[in-house]
Amino acid sequence: MSGELDFEGPASYVGRSVSRPNARRLAEGRGQYVDDIVLPRMLHVAFVRSPHAHARILSIDTSRAERMPGVRRVATGADIARICKPYVGVLTHLAGMRSPPQHPLALEVARWQGEPVVAVAAESRAEAEDACEAVEIAWQELPAALDAERALEPGATVIHAEFGDNLCFRRVVDTGGVDEAFAGAAAVVEDTLSFGRHTGVTLEPRSMLADYNAAEESLTAYHSGQSPHMMQAILASRLGLDEHRVRIVCRDVGGSFGIKIHIYGDEMAACALSIMLRRPVKFVADRHESFLSDIHARDHRVRARLAADREGNVLALEIDDLTGVGPYSMYPRSSAVECNQVLGLTGGPYRHKRYRATGTVVFQNKNPMSQYRAVGHPIATAVAEHMIDRAARALALDPADMRRRNLIPDDAYPCQSPSGMRFEQLSHHACLEKLVALMDYPRLRAGQAALRAQGVHRGIGLASFIEVTNPSPMFYGVGGARIAAQDGCTMRLDASGAIIAATGVTEQGQGTETMIAQIAATVLGVQMSCVKVLTGDTDKVPYGGGTWASRAAGIGGEAVLQAGLALKKNILEVGARILKTDAGSLDIADGRVVKRGTSEGLSLTELARIVYYRGNELPADFQPELVVTRHYRVKDYPFVFTNGAQGCLAEIDPETGFVRVLKMWCVDDCGRVINPKLVEEQIRGGIVQGLGGALTEHCRYDERGQLLNCTMADYLVPMAGEMPDIEVAHIQTPTRTSLLGAKGAGEAGTGGAPGALMNAVNDALAAFGARVTSQPITPDVVLAALGKI
Amino acid sequence: MKAPRFAYARPATLEGALALLAAHGEEARVLAGGQSLVAMLNLRVAAPRVLVDINRVPGLGEVALGESCVRIGALARHAELERSELVARHLPLLARAVRHIAHPAIRNRGTFGGSCALADPAAELPACALALGAKLVLRGARGERRVAAGEFFRGLYETALEAGELLVAAEFPLPGPASASAFGELARRHGDYALVGLAAYAQRDGPALRDVRLAFFGVADRPVLAARAAAVLEGRRVDEATLARAVAALDLEPRGDLHASAATRRRLAGVLLERVVKELAQ
Repeated sequence: MSGELDFEGPASYVGRSVSRPNARRLAEGRGQYVDDIVLPRMLHVAFVRSPHAHARILSIDTSRAERMPGVRRVATGADIARICKPYVGVLTHLAGMRSPPQHPLALEVARWQGEPVVAVAAESRAEAEDACEAVEIAWQELPAALDAERALEPGATVIHAEFGDNLCFRRVVDTGGVDEAFAGAAAVVEDTLSFGRHTGVTLEPRSMLADYNAAEESLTAYHSGQSPHMMQAILASRLGLDEHRVRIVCRDVGGSFGIKIHIYGDEMAACALSIMLRRPVKFVADRHESFLSDIHARDHRVRARLAADREGNVLALEIDDLTGVGPYSMYPRSSAVECNQVLGLTGGPYRHKRYRATGTVVFQNKNPMSQYRAVGHPIATAVAEHMIDRAARALALDPADMRRRNLIPDDAYPCQSPSGMRFEQLSHHACLEKLVALMDYPRLRAGQAALRAQGVHRGIGLASFIEVTNPSPMFYGVGGARIAAQDGCTMRLDASGAIIAATGVTEQGQGTETMIAQIAATVLGVQMSCVKVLTGDTDKVPYGGGTWASRAAGIGGEAVLQAGLALKKNILEVGARILKTDAGSLDIADGRVVKRGTSEGLSLTELARIVYYRGNELPADFQPELVVTRHYRVKDYPFVFTNGAQGCLAEIDPETGFVRVLKMWCVDDCGRVINPKLVEEQIRGGIVQGLGGALTEHCRYDERGQLLNCTMADYLVPMAGEMPDIEVAHIQTPTRTSLLGAKGAGEAGTGGAPGALMNAVNDALAAFGARVTSQPITPDVVLAALGKI
Repeated sequence: MKAPRFAYARPATLEGALALLAAHGEEARVLAGGQSLVAMLNLRVAAPRVLVDINRVPGLGEVALGESCVRIGALARHAELERSELVARHLPLLARAVRHIAHPAIRNRGTFGGSCALADPAAELPACALALGAKLVLRGARGERRVAAGEFFRGLYETALEAGELLVAAEFPLPGPASASAFGELARRHGDYALVGLAAYAQRDGPALRDVRLAFFGVADRPVLAARAAAVLEGRRVDEATLARAVAALDLEPRGDLHASAATRRRLAGVLLERVVKELAQ
């Protein structure tokens, strides 16, 4: 079959920077986000959230709030718990992991500032907020466990008494031989690195419009999300509904970045209220509560050691990762995955055989942390790349040469990392060489020296990285979570000759629908304008996982390809009957079924007309099937890894500690590139998110567990004015696990940028004998490193 | 993030606005450009009973050249100051500072009077008013009074405005031919409130500076004049040694916050002093 696929030919949309058909709709203001949907009899819900990091609820008095104008229901945790069963954010394949049952609203004890406690449903959001201010709660403040470093100390406040301590998960990876390797090393470097908490800041906040229909015992949930079938299964099981009577609709989604793949109490409470009140209930998080309740991420402290021989060969790597994840592990994907990824990925690009890694995940009284774009990758990459640069400096080697010496050779695949990650085929050396050529690395180095003499302090940073994409069932399904790793596509030829492709993967602004249409049009030999793509509706699309872990193109795209091939086969069989020839002699080109190499034949419009209206013209013993469904899952590997390399040029002002990023470069290998422009914009956007966390974004808590920056004025997302030009190039190593050969590209930018930036800053600081080891790299951090404050 | 209920009035005359302010006293807030107030309403950190919208009051938005001063009306938008030839010619400090205020969309709405009346200690325009010795013109039911910028800004979001009074304009004395100004601020992102900022003014006397006024912002609960540092510079040629002594004489006591520690702010103030005063002397 692969012989029929021509991705290189002039008729192929695959490999072309096709513009996004849905961009016009969004630009004209005809997008439909959850808040745009208004239903008859709809109520709005607002929440009273815990003002304390840890406090016992002594009493709740809702009587005054209930009498406020427009208020239809004030519900406490106990009220919601009668409708919604609790959930436990544990994956069984993460051995020993634990987290207690969590309810949508706090029951007796609130465990982070911002935890929802009371829900108020009213005719308008403003009235609901007015009534929230009238809810009276008597609190008994409890000591809070905030510092992850002290969470396991004797005498620490234990957040869940039944566990005896605050340990959520611990894992050790050990290849053996690590101590011996360190003992015999010519150079040993060691550092403790810390990474601040930050969050996703989606343009469209989390939103849920729940519409319970008592007559059908059905629930339609309009959700700003990225995994509709996962939500369907969870809402059905937690709310006691038949799964097939729960419909999840994700229309336009204004960014997600992993923030919207988790179960949030406020969204569950909105659904429960719709059931209680038999009315549609809308929840749209405002920006303030987004900061308080959207999952946070990162916040790791990593101790790292690296041993190398005199020539610069890495002999062994050891890390100890500690992370605090809030009081509960998020449901259903858990909050241990980021730490698990750090253990699995750190040092993954390199040849060393000895590796020891300890990961510790603890509970704390802060907003829960969980998966956010490039889960674990920025930490794993920054740690390893920092240590590689430290070793290079200790041995007086150029950082590029250090990488050339240690990266896994491009002809050594398939192979396995010391942590057990299996690599099908990567291209570290090809990416690095393309990167240094793109950067004109030798000229940058010469320029750096010349500028330093003039008092201008620039640094050059490199980072080689791997990225987990196209996950198999080994990611979540194996751990008991009802999250599909397979995905499907139902494709049909309509009576007008149009192609309709319904897919389980979702669009949240990155161009999924465009990519799907490109594949369908290419496989079927039709114009892209003849293809309509349906996503984000559990009533309309085949069962699938949605879009996360960079799986939409690699997995969803392959299902589309397979469905396209099957539909094409069926179309050609119809064509063969009509043209009275052999199907093998036919092809589809430019929307026509033709005899191969000729233009002789009939259009798909004509073919469809015959099938749907003039079936009498077909042989009596032949039934055309112009609707097909195909599914795909990754079978040969747990994940299909990608790789790449990033470069950063940054300038520091040693007087003020300010860092200016002058330029970023990225060479990424995501296998077959379906749409270069979309991939490049994914990488650019990802790099900006990575730079944000590394430079400015930081969720700051005070000593009482109060989040101090809950506005866009105080939480500093990167702005266009401060962002550098970002140059992107590709190496293409198609994966052999699919016909399409595509791997993911959504997280490469975010995963690599913080490491490249930190190396650039430290390269500049090296002139002063200084280095930074914590992110975000603020003026405080740089000036402290320079000994100037 | 929905504002609590409030009453709204949009008087068409200054007298009407003053009457409303007199009637409602502390329970009224003036709405000018709304770039801070509307966010404060939505965050429910401000909950006035009455909003008095002065946008329809005639004559409050003028920028005019008088005999001895430039008068800037309270409703003059930042973007108007940015574009004003009059401001560029006579108050170059203001023209430079205003480009650091937030972003174009905010500068299109935000007003000079709103910025001064809010008195955010990290705002640019109050510091400029202080450096240039402006007088704020306040109008109340009992008439008009003028308050020097140094007395007007009294603390964190605190001014000399009394209940019932409206800031209608500021009068900036016309600088002489030998006067010089310079401006600098350090912010993590362009448009953010500065970690530290400095609006500086002096008279050039040959190679020396006289009447030096260094108005720092973002380092205290209001814009402050660094008088001791200015005294070091007074009458002297600006060289490295003098600058170092001026930095050493800085007696600012900035507090640390989310964005920078107290130590960093102190250091940045010194760096900024050196850089801005060098420019002042050029």
